[in-house]
Amino acid sequence: MNIIEAIGGRELFTQGDVACAYGALLGGCTFFAGYPITPATEVAEAMSRLLPKIRGVTVQMEDEIASISAVIGASWAGRRAMTATSGPGFSLMMEGIGYACMTETPCVIVNVQRSGPSTGQPTEPAQGDMMQARWGSHGDNELIVLAPNSVQECVDLTRLAFELADRFRNPVFVMTDGEVGHMREKIVLPAAEEIDIRPRPAPSTPPGEFVPFKAVKGKVPEMASFGTGYHTYVTGLTHKESGLPTTDNAEEHTGLIRRICEKITDATDELTRVEMDQDDGATVGIVSYGISSRSAAGAVRLLRAEGMKVSHLRLVTVYPFPERVIRDFAAPLSRVLVPELNLGQICHTVREALDGAAAVEKVSKIGGEIITPDEIVEAVLSSGEPVKV
Amino acid sequence: MFNQAREIRNKYIREEMWPSIFCTGCGIGNVLNYALRAIDEIGLDIDKVTFCSGIGCSSRLPGYIEADGLHTTHGRALAFATGVKLAAPDLSVVVFTGDGDMAGIGGNHFIHAARRNADITVICINNYTYGMTGGQCSPTTPGESKTTTTPYGNLEEPFDLCRLAIGAGAPFVARWTVGYPYETVNAIKAAMETKGFAFVELLVPCPTGYGKENRLKDARASWEWYKQNTITAADLRALSPEERAKNEKIVVGTIWHQDRPELTARYAEAVKTIS
Repeated sequence: MNIIEAIGGRELFTQGDVACAYGALLGGCTFFAGYPITPATEVAEAMSRLLPKIRGVTVQMEDEIASISAVIGASWAGRRAMTATSGPGFSLMMEGIGYACMTETPCVIVNVQRSGPSTGQPTEPAQGDMMQARWGSHGDNELIVLAPNSVQECVDLTRLAFELADRFRNPVFVMTDGEVGHMREKIVLPAAEEIDIRPRPAPSTPPGEFVPFKAVKGKVPEMASFGTGYHTYVTGLTHKESGLPTTDNAEEHTGLIRRICEKITDATDELTRVEMDQDDGATVGIVSYGISSRSAAGAVRLLRAEGMKVSHLRLVTVYPFPERVIRDFAAPLSRVLVPELNLGQICHTVREALDGAAAVEKVSKIGGEIITPDEIVEAVLSSGEPVKV
Repeated sequence: MFNQAREIRNKYIREEMWPSIFCTGCGIGNVLNYALRAIDEIGLDIDKVTFCSGIGCSSRLPGYIEADGLHTTHGRALAFATGVKLAAPDLSVVVFTGDGDMAGIGGNHFIHAARRNADITVICINNYTYGMTGGQCSPTTPGESKTTTTPYGNLEEPFDLCRLAIGAGAPFVARWTVGYPYETVNAIKAAMETKGFAFVELLVPCPTGYGKENRLKDARASWEWYKQNTITAADLRALSPEERAKNEKIVVGTIWHQDRPELTARYAEAVKTIS
C-alpha cells in the first residue's frame, strides 16, 4: 500500500513522536532500528506498525549502540534508515554517530530530549542535549541539526532530514523534546501523488573508475550501495579517497577531515532555516529554538501588547550554526536573550557568534516544565539582571 | 591447496592492501585463505557478498578482499551486519571478528545476533588475546595464562564460545584450528550454506602477543600446540566412556547443527500478509 494509506489519512490529530515516523516515511525511510526509551518509544512503535505495511524493515535491537550500527549497515545496503532515542540512548549512539560522520553514511537520528544527566527525569522535556548533538562524538566532525517546535514540523523536518542526509552523506539529527514528542496537534500530510521518493542514485562512473570517497559535487562524494558491484570498502580509520586505510599520513588525514567538515560548514547558508520576526527600533531580541521558541513567540506578543519593541529569531536549523544570520539579527540590538530548557547551552554559541556585539543572557529552566511566556517577559524586563525561573 | 593459492589470490585479493599487517606465525592470513576458498567452492557471487568486521587484527580481513566491506567500530560488527542483512536479504553477509571484539566488547551483540537468527556467517578468530594492542587478557584467555594485563596469571575462567553460541540459539556451530585446512574450509562452507546464524570459531596462534608470555613465541611450537591440544569430535566419540571423561583437549568439529526458521525469511513472509 502507499504511504498515506499506511498512515491512514492526510489530516490527523497526533503526537510529535508519531509525526516523526510519518515524516520518515514521507522522506523515503524504509528501515528503522531502535530500542525502547521514554519519551521516544512511540517513534519505534509507530515505525514498527507502519514499515511492514510499505514493505520496509523494522527491528528492535539489543541497545542503542546496536540500533545506530544496524541503521548504518542498512544505509550502506541501500535503504534510507533512521533510529530514535532520548538522552541516555543518545549518549550510547555517539560511537556510531562518529563512525557515520567518518564513513559519510546518510542516516537520521531523532532525539526526543528528556531531563538529564544520566537517567534524570525520563518523562519530562528538556533541551539538554544540544551541545552533545554538536560535540558528543570524539574527534572533529559536523552535524546537521534540526529542531521542530510543533507536531507538523516533526513531520516536515524529519522528512527534510532524509533529503539532507542523502545530499550531504552525513547523519542528520531531529532534536525534539518530551513536550513536542508527546503533545498532540493537527497535522496535514501531502497527497499521495505529491510524494516523490526516488532511490539513492547510482554513482555516475562505473565500477573500476569510481572512487568512493572522492568528492564530486562540492565536497560530497557519490555513494555506491553494497551489492551493486562497486566493491566499496568502508572503514572508520582515516582513509584515502579509495576508501582504504591510511593511518600515519598527516596530509591524508587533514584532507579527509577538513572535507567532511567543510561539506557541511560550506553549505551553512543553504542549510539555514530560521524564522525572523524583527521589530524596527528594538534593542532587545530573543534567539530561540525547539519548544522554547513557542514560549518566546508568546512572550513577544505579550511585550508588544505592552508597547515594547522586541525582536525574535527562531532557529529551525541549529547546526551548522547560522552565525551570519545571528549577527545580522543582532546588529541593531544591545541585548539578546536565549531561553532554553537547560542551564545554558546554545546561549554560549550565540555569545561566541556575536563576539561582544550585544550582551547575551541565558534564560534557563530545568526540572521538567517548559518556560512560560511570562517567565521570558520577566527576563526581558529585568534589564539584564539574571532571572531565576 | 597450496597450488591454488595464487589463483585464489588473483581472483579475490585487493592487491593495493598487500602485504598484510599480520606477524610471522599468525594464523589470521590462513583464515582469509580458507574463507575465500569456501566462497570459491560454493560459487558465491562476490558482488553479492558483504564482509563486516569490528576492530582488532582479525577484523582487518575485509580490507584484503576485493568486495564490499564494512570495517566498523569495536565489537559492533554483528549489529552492523544485522542492519545490512535485514536491509538487503539477497546479500550474503560474512563477519570476521575476534575473541576480544566479539566476546568482550561485543558479547551482547553476539548473543542477540545468534538469538535473532538472521542469515549471517560469523568467523570468530580466537587467538586468546587482544593482539593489536600488544597481548592483553581477553574473555577467552585460558586460566593461569600470562598476558600483559595478567602478568601474574589470569584468575578468570574463559568463555567457551561454541557453548555460548549454542545457548544463544545459533543453528550451526563449529570449531577448528587453522592446522586443519580442509576441515576448516568445509566448516566455513557448511556455515555459509546454513540458512541462519552460523558460527565458526577458529583457534589461531598469536606467537607475538599471546605466545610471548606463554612459551609459544616460536611460530612452529605455537602451531604444534594447537594440534597437540585439540581432538576432533569424531576421535572423541571413538574413545571409551572412561577415556572420554578424562579428555581435557579442546574438541574441534561441527559442535551443533539444528536448523531453525531464519529471520529475514520469516520477515518477508510476515510482510506479505501485512502490506
